[in-house]
Amino acid sequence: MTLISSSTRVIAPLLILLSLVILYRGHNLPGGGFIGGLTAAAAMMLITLNGVPSKFEKHWNNLSLVLIGSGLVTLFCSFLPSLMTGAAFMEAMWLPTVYLPILGKVKLGTPLIFDIGIYLAVIGFSIKCANVFHANSSSETDH
Amino acid sequence: MNLLYLPIILPFVTAVACLEFTRWSKATPVIGTIGAVAQLIGAIYLLDEVLVKELIVGHTGGWAAPVGISFVADKLAVAMVVITAIISVVINLYGWAQLDSALIKKHYFALVHFLLMGVNGAFLTGDLFNLYVWFEVMLIASFVLMTIGGTKAQLEGGVKYLVINLVASVLFLCSVGLIYGKVGTLNMADISYHLRDSVDAHLVNSSGILLLIAFGIKAGLFPFFFWLPASYHTLTPTTLALFAGLLTKVGVYALLRTYTLIFESQFELIQPILIWIAGLTMAVGVMGAASHYNIKKILSFHIISQIGYIMMGIAIATPLAIAGAVFYTLHHIIVKTNLFLIDGMIAKHYGTSDLKKLGGLYKWSPIFALLFFIPAFSLGGIPPLSGFWAKLSLIQAGVEANHYFLVATAGVVGIFTLFSMTKIWAEAFWKKPDPETPKFKLPSLREMTPALILASLTLLIGLNGDALFEFSKSTSNQLLSPEAYVKAVLNK
Amino acid sequence: MELIISLLIAGFFGTGVYCLFQRSFIKLIAGLILIGQGANLLVFSVGGLMSLKPAFVGKEAPPMVADPLPQALVLTAIVISFGLIIFTISLLLKAQRELKSDDLNQLNTTDTL
Repeated sequence: MTLISSSTRVIAPLLILLSLVILYRGHNLPGGGFIGGLTAAAAMMLITLNGVPSKFEKHWNNLSLVLIGSGLVTLFCSFLPSLMTGAAFMEAMWLPTVYLPILGKVKLGTPLIFDIGIYLAVIGFSIKCANVFHANSSSETDH
Repeated sequence: MNLLYLPIILPFVTAVACLEFTRWSKATPVIGTIGAVAQLIGAIYLLDEVLVKELIVGHTGGWAAPVGISFVADKLAVAMVVITAIISVVINLYGWAQLDSALIKKHYFALVHFLLMGVNGAFLTGDLFNLYVWFEVMLIASFVLMTIGGTKAQLEGGVKYLVINLVASVLFLCSVGLIYGKVGTLNMADISYHLRDSVDAHLVNSSGILLLIAFGIKAGLFPFFFWLPASYHTLTPTTLALFAGLLTKVGVYALLRTYTLIFESQFELIQPILIWIAGLTMAVGVMGAASHYNIKKILSFHIISQIGYIMMGIAIATPLAIAGAVFYTLHHIIVKTNLFLIDGMIAKHYGTSDLKKLGGLYKWSPIFALLFFIPAFSLGGIPPLSGFWAKLSLIQAGVEANHYFLVATAGVVGIFTLFSMTKIWAEAFWKKPDPETPKFKLPSLREMTPALILASLTLLIGLNGDALFEFSKSTSNQLLSPEAYVKAVLNK
Repeated sequence: MELIISLLIAGFFGTGVYCLFQRSFIKLIAGLILIGQGANLLVFSVGGLMSLKPAFVGKEAPPMVADPLPQALVLTAIVISFGLIIFTISLLLKAQRELKSDDLNQLNTTDTL
């Protein structure tokens, strides 16, 4: 167990960072909300496997719902610009490209918001499933 | 233009709102009902627009067909969307009045609205793969709704429903893939357009048969119907009424779309198979219904035989037959949902739907008996209720097209349907009850309102059938001349 | 290449269906996953198999690119089957605890005719 717990401490934050990179590059390159979400979910799985820290345990179950809920709200927000402006539904709209010192070219727009929504919902869904399986297996050992 | 997406966006927003209000779960039925009413208003606006413009096409993301995913509202789609919205209002009201708070806490209303989003999406989409996606949205929501109660029977029924539907999805996916491989497009209008001029179009029929099986499983056609009576009777009444009314009809809608649009040029090859399937589905369903003594099971088998009637219309495929099928579908959704709502009230009071244990409902509550009488004998086809006109038009279409065998089957099945409805009536309502059976108390008005709404719709259709039948006829004309649809979607 | 992929698809479907007809829950899940993968592979291969030709390209397109649509379809199908299979597993887990058995033949109480 110690191996898992010590490696989790290093790997989980790295995985989350990686997932954000995958999420961001997803519009034109391999990656995107779903794959990024799964990578982040892998980090969450590691944390769940390792045993959730006791001070978070109460919120862990709620966290999945909050993530799914906020993910879906974000999804809806990505539809709003196209609905408001009378363009075709779900039409991609981009902010003007800006150049930042470290990140380089930054391109923000509705597809990215859509991806973020998917990202959050996928993480939430995975945590939910992990919780269900966890609850199932722990009640089995109780019998 | 964006009106077209309202029937999909509104349930989505409602579902998310219900999820956000998890902590105040008492508020979710209210949100659900408001969302459903909004959905109905949106659907009626859409209907209004389609009646003027005939066809509304939307290209998602601004990509024109066949590259992008198009959404199309023709008369059939919009009629289904409106009827879905009506059922949505009714189910939300009924769930509000009847459901346990434990179920409501498990996101019941959010799931119902996700299901409705899937159903509406399936009706409005003009792309075959997108149809697959909407089917899956619908399926995931329905799986969860089915097993949400967690009783042993529900889990068992859920496993059967789930496995057979997953197999159907795989077949659907394979068929979509193969069609793409052969035709090079997934836009329904574009497939139809390509197949019309192609000499090798018959080669696509292998995929067509895969689609027939996949949709047949979802619709409960012979010989793929076994999952339906094995799982539906385990459901919570609200869920049961929703599923019985809508889910199999999505399969029927998909079949109607497939054989009037996508494989329109190949219809003659497939017609004999459809005729056999229609006849056998009718006969097997009604035999199952006649042999059972449980209201839920009788009604479940009736879904199958009624689907057979609708298939009869699709198989004959003359303008009158398709009009009959459309009329039958609309009437059937209302009546079937209503019957299951009423059964739910009986089951809630007595804890059973077994006819042997029931009795005397007429004596205790004539009003409730009347409420049952209207949908039950509409289903049986007694004039002037809506079912009579539906059956009459199908039989007339069969006679005109010289399908006497099918007409005879339909007639016999009609008699048996009436017989099994009379059985419920005689056993549960007229029979002298056991002395120990407790008195039946009329459910509260809140619980009865949904059934009252649907019963008055049935009466309205029955007494004023011409208007709806005219609409069905124009729908059928639109379906049978897909050139306009293809032209509107592809812009050529 | 086409032949190998076709045989692979056949193998997926064959073993999947075989597993579906077994009596244990685990084999049921394995069967569902296998036929799902078979279907995914089928959809993937209909776009035409081209080795070393990416569907996504940079600024300058190479002379041959793979058809991106089947790949997008497969990705969507994988996402969907991800959710469905997880739900199946949790449902069967629940059912197994309720029945105290993993024999599919025990699931016969709801369809007594």
